Amino acid sequence: MRYAETGYNLEIDLTRGSIERVATDPRDTELYLGGLGTNAKILWDRVPPEVEPFSPENLLIFSAGLLCGTPATGCNRTIVSTISPQTLLMAFSMMGGFWAPELKYAGYDKVIFRGKSPELVYLWINNDTVELRNASHLRGKGAGETAELIRQELKEPKAQVAAIGLAGENRVYFASIEQGRSSASRGGIGAVMGDKGLKAIAVRGTKDINIARPAEFMELCNEVLEYIKFRNANPIEGVMPILAGLGSPQEMAVHDEKWHTENFMWGNSRLRRKDFWNQEVAEKWTETLEKMRTRLISCYNCPMKCGATISVPGLPTYMMKCFSKLTYTMAAMADLEFGLHIAQRATEYGVDGFSTPQVMAFALELYENGILTDTDLPGLPAGNEERFHWLLDRIVRREGVGDLLANGTYWAAKQIGKGAEAYAHNNIKKHEQLPLKLSMLNPIYFLMYATGEKINITQIEGQFPQAPFATREEREKFVKDWFQVPDEKFKQYLLDWEPRGEKSIPFYPTVPMCCDIVDWQERMHYIDDALGMCAGLSSFPLKPPYHIHNYPKFISAGAGIEMDEEKLTLAARRYRTLVRAINIRRGMRRKDEKPPENHWKKRFPELEKELLDTYYAFKGWNNDGVPTQDSLRGLGLDYVAEDFLKRGILTDAVEAASAEAPKGPAAN
Amino acid sequence: MGEKKRKKIKTIKVDVDKCNGCRACEVACSAFHAAPKYSSNNPARSRIRVIREPLKDIYVPVYAGEHARAECMGRDKYTIDGKEYDECSFCRASCPSRDLFKEPDSGLPLKCDMCESDPELKQPLCVQWCITDALVYEEREEEVEEAAAGEELDTGLEALADKYGLDKIMEAVARMAVAKKG
Ligand code: SF4
Ligand code: SF4
Ligand code: SF4
Repeated sequence: MRYAETGYNLEIDLTRGSIERVATDPRDTELYLGGLGTNAKILWDRVPPEVEPFSPENLLIFSAGLLCGTPATGCNRTIVSTISPQTLLMAFSMMGGFWAPELKYAGYDKVIFRGKSPELVYLWINNDTVELRNASHLRGKGAGETAELIRQELKEPKAQVAAIGLAGENRVYFASIEQGRSSASRGGIGAVMGDKGLKAIAVRGTKDINIARPAEFMELCNEVLEYIKFRNANPIEGVMPILAGLGSPQEMAVHDEKWHTENFMWGNSRLRRKDFWNQEVAEKWTETLEKMRTRLISCYNCPMKCGATISVPGLPTYMMKCFSKLTYTMAAMADLEFGLHIAQRATEYGVDGFSTPQVMAFALELYENGILTDTDLPGLPAGNEERFHWLLDRIVRREGVGDLLANGTYWAAKQIGKGAEAYAHNNIKKHEQLPLKLSMLNPIYFLMYATGEKINITQIEGQFPQAPFATREEREKFVKDWFQVPDEKFKQYLLDWEPRGEKSIPFYPTVPMCCDIVDWQERMHYIDDALGMCAGLSSFPLKPPYHIHNYPKFISAGAGIEMDEEKLTLAARRYRTLVRAINIRRGMRRKDEKPPENHWKKRFPELEKELLDTYYAFKGWNNDGVPTQDSLRGLGLDYVAEDFLKRGILTDAVEAASAEAPKGPAAN
Repeated sequence: MGEKKRKKIKTIKVDVDKCNGCRACEVACSAFHAAPKYSSNNPARSRIRVIREPLKDIYVPVYAGEHARAECMGRDKYTIDGKEYDECSFCRASCPSRDLFKEPDSGLPLKCDMCESDPELKQPLCVQWCITDALVYEEREEEVEEAAAGEELDTGLEALADKYGLDKIMEAVARMAVAKKG
């Protein structure tokens, strides 16, 4: 018997309309766990670098994590993987909500799509009955609207539906896949879904998920619940409120937005408004949120309530979480009421809440600077807020200039020319970043931004405090019950870290310490993404209930795979390296691994070089960021080494010097 | 008629305003009732079901009550605070009119047993797992008439008879009796 996982994937060929149920190899689970790990293995095996994002050969994989569907609190992530039309690299966006557990109860770990459907369809998975159904009547419908219509026509209110909106249908490079209160939105995976002619996947399952060692597993779950209660009652002192607790940042619950509004950038990630937050704003925004927010809501099997239902007068109710609360508001230099209003429309259209506002602010900046003119924007309204709505409508329809903007700031700038590239200033690997511009280089963040292949900082950072505590006493207090650290040395790093002086950024933590810290943070995110755990209970917050010490036990007792910290670390490194290998094969190299030029005012080129050199070596990558033969073979990834040798990415010489990376077919 | 007797009344207080729709209660209940205990989990087997329609702000955890052999003569439909609930929303019966509170494979009725077990749990598991306090457990003593024995057996048999026909059940019982003797 298979435990925690079902042992079956669905293989759907959309071109032929065929559906197969395929047993998976339990050895792959041992090596790559599940979720992101096994997704990476499939993409490596079946999607060679010649395959373009919008080719029928590109795969779109919806995977539940290894422990989704078990009673492990907060383990509900769907990991969607494909090749991104925006970055041309592997995209692996996650969504919470209710979809992944339902897929497990239906009897499957993954749904793997290939080909392209000649007409718009949706997939209906009802336990053993799986069918592709015509979706032409759903064309152009909003993502949430689509979910409701599908539940009604199937007469199955309990079906969980993941759907795209108009943006996905029109292959907008930052189109999302929406699923009730959650969405998988980074990297334009909604565009790949639209390209495949797939409007939605509805799933309903009523089968069991088995646990290998039940009593032990429940005991672990109970410990986690107890610790969540403890952490809820004991927020971390000395950090800003949204970092003090567990869960995704509690944006739906908090009213005090002083920190975000005064530290994050407004407009096209340009303007810092240091005295923005005052009594009047606070009162107005509080009133707005109180009026429009109906209830705080959770994902499957989680008490944290990070999302909310929002009812804007005159518009259908929708669900929201996290920072999309402010991204539109701040990009448009508007107020919260505007933000919640436009987010309703954006959610139905199905677009990413980080990229979209930035693309629109970028367009208006180009207009103000004469790069886009009235000829490019015929009918652009005079009012600022109206302009955002107007642009959104054009982007999701790819109308006029919207057709360029729909490719994101990087590609749009290239296509517009006339110096537009200087305005696409906030990207890493062609992808829009959080609107942050800071003063002093932070070496830990430098490494995370540069080398993170999730390409979104909130999915890379976590665990280690973002800034040093002011006093030694505070630090001592913090480390006292910091049992989550993989090694005692991390406590010392933190104890010695000072806000000013010799032991402060950028030179402290030292380069080797930064490598340790970044590696730990990354490892936890990668483990979460294979198990299907919400980062909000694990890799993102300080002192989370899941950590490197109890995860091996969860896997052993849950999935029946003998696991310890070492073996788990090795597995995570294995599929993390595989993700890198996929991207390396698509042309990614050191030249691509850099934060936006203006992310920090004070930069230290020599230190940055040393950081990258050291971290690459630490990870077993050569100086160009390519995993070396030795490290590949050490991870059992001999097949990657062979492939790299064959392609000339590595040479048989001890260190491959691949200064000129081979270009991916579309990587121009 | 039974005699007067002190009986422990167990109540789960449900505060729908505090429910966040997470369904942890369903997870816990189905795991608790798996055999062996916790060896599997499947919310479709849970004896508590959360009626959940986020866009209408409807969140109602409902406990499985008695099995109903036939559906009611009519149905009810509530509107509370402007929210319109589906027909029979608050009913606890495992009833032919719907698939709620039935084992997904056999169709046999499910009923909340307050997590009866030996040793006794300090609180029903769904309550323990609802740390947002939408479910709160209370116990008190009351004087009651002693209930007629065998009630539970009747319910179970009735359900089986509905599904398989009384003849089949009697045959099976006869077979089992013979097997036991031999
Ligand atoms: S912590 Fe928040 S985002 Fe994460 S699973 Fe729980 S409710 Fe969902
Ligand atoms: S566990 Fe509590 S909050 Fe969650 S669905 Fe059940 S009753 Fe509601
Ligand atoms: S009290 Fe026990 S049996 Fe009843 S619904 Fe809750 S967990 Fe299930």
